[in-house]
Amino acid sequence: MSMIELINICKTFGDGEVLRGVDLQVNKGDIVVILGPSGSGKTTLLRCMDFLERADQGVMIFDEERTELATASKHTIAALRKKIGFVFQNYNLFANKTALGNVMEGLTVARRMHKKEAEQIAKAALDRVGLSDRYDYYPSQLSGGQQQRVGIARAIAMNPEVILFDEPTSALDPELVSEVLDVMKKLAQDGVTMVVVTHEMGFARQVANKAIFMDQGVVVEQGTPAQLFDAPREERTRQFIRKILKEEAEDNKAIDTAAEDRTTEG
Amino acid sequence: MDGKIVSLLIDSFWKILLPGLKITIPLTVITFAIGMVLALFCAMVQITNVKVLSQISKFYIWIFRGTPLLIQLFIIFYGLPKLGILLDAFPAAVITFSLNIGAYNAEVMRAAILAVPVGQMEAGYSVGMNYFQIMARIVLPQAFRIAFPSLSNNLISLNKDTSLAASITLGEMFLAAQRIAARTFEPLALYCEVAFIYLIMSTVLAKLQTWGEKKLSVHERRDNETGRPL
Ligand SMILES: Nc1ncnc2c1ncn2[C@@H]1O[C@H](COP(=O)(O)OP(=O)(O)OP(=O)(O)O)[C@@H](O)[C@H]1O
Ligand SMILES: [Mg+2]
Repeated sequence: MSMIELINICKTFGDGEVLRGVDLQVNKGDIVVILGPSGSGKTTLLRCMDFLERADQGVMIFDEERTELATASKHTIAALRKKIGFVFQNYNLFANKTALGNVMEGLTVARRMHKKEAEQIAKAALDRVGLSDRYDYYPSQLSGGQQQRVGIARAIAMNPEVILFDEPTSALDPELVSEVLDVMKKLAQDGVTMVVVTHEMGFARQVANKAIFMDQGVVVEQGTPAQLFDAPREERTRQFIRKILKEEAEDNKAIDTAAEDRTTEG
Repeated sequence: MDGKIVSLLIDSFWKILLPGLKITIPLTVITFAIGMVLALFCAMVQITNVKVLSQISKFYIWIFRGTPLLIQLFIIFYGLPKLGILLDAFPAAVITFSLNIGAYNAEVMRAAILAVPVGQMEAGYSVGMNYFQIMARIVLPQAFRIAFPSLSNNLISLNKDTSLAASITLGEMFLAAQRIAARTFEPLALYCEVAFIYLIMSTVLAKLQTWGEKKLSVHERRDNETGRPL
């Protein structure tokens, strides 16, 4: 039995059918990566799982408890959000709180934990993402990579059963991507269950045990990352993978030339 | 300048400043506070789309921003007695100025709340906070920071606008000046003097604004050398 099973998730915005019956299973300890072209509904799918968007239709079975996404009550939503952490593309840190405050907020306010205890947990979470020296910094005083790591610490501090990552590195400067991916790799090693929307092929290959290709609101193909990347069955998947790999090669070349330029100058 | 006028100015200074301390300043403070409560209420019901209340608050803002303050004062002080509602000058002024500043600040607060990135609200939900917790702890503190310069502007205007209450017989600074001017036939000197006192008050408020902005923007500051919080 999967930890999470999504069945037939549908969502329409106006006259745009964004999700057209998505099915997905996540087992405990899984690292699932979701890939797909822009507008294929990846973000919307994650948002529906955390009720940041209300699905029109579909069921989520979480720990054998069945929830109709369209009609879930406030109470059910609160219970499910306890089990789900979310890491946003744009970090979405609370701008008026320090790094520590950002991580403590959910613990003290939503979970009504004592400040002392919350502070301990929050510090441990920040230590885990390598920010032991940044407790008292405000988001505006942190780099993008550091902000995203605070975002991850904020999610893990709540001790969720699964963390959803929506393109956690796509807003970052190239040189800051790896510090965030490294943190995520460490979480993966610790057995944290994760669903990650990302186009970082290296990360997907190295860390994920399941890859999902979405297009136009449906899951087109799924398998292990190796299967999906090296031997895609569907033409659409093949085209997309080829495009991503080409872009990645070009990026790498650009970085290499930039590095070369720097060495020849210096 | 001849000596008579100098001693008149000195003589009248306290006679004008005293009603300033006793009426102008309290009137400004009280009405701004009541206006802020009104403003927050109106902004929140509009943002949360509470049906009837949202309509009512839009109507209220439309009326009070769309008509002259002086006429609002006249209606409440001279007009309402026709309906059997008789108010003293001070309560009439409190009611009018509160409603007026409330309408202006409601728009300021509404815009400021909308200016806080919605992603922070979603982040709050994702860690299990509810709407009111997120509003109170995340959104409103930032909205106040955003609104602070506009609110300060409105406060400075309000302080000066209380002089309009002279026309409904409220014994505030301007009325005191008018009385002395009428008695001494020195309107130029006295009106300049009372204007000067308003200028000082406005200057103090503007200084407070600068200080407050600094105070409120801790989370936006960065020591350029070290990147450390100050
Ligand atoms: N709140 C909304 N209102 C209207 N349309 C929306 C909304 N959110 C998303 N959409 C539309 O739904 C479609 C899917 O969006 P979504 O963000 O889920 O795609 P995505 O796969 O995450 O794309 P990307 O890779 O660019 O992030 C897009 O066409 C988008 O314009
Ligand atoms: Mg997206």
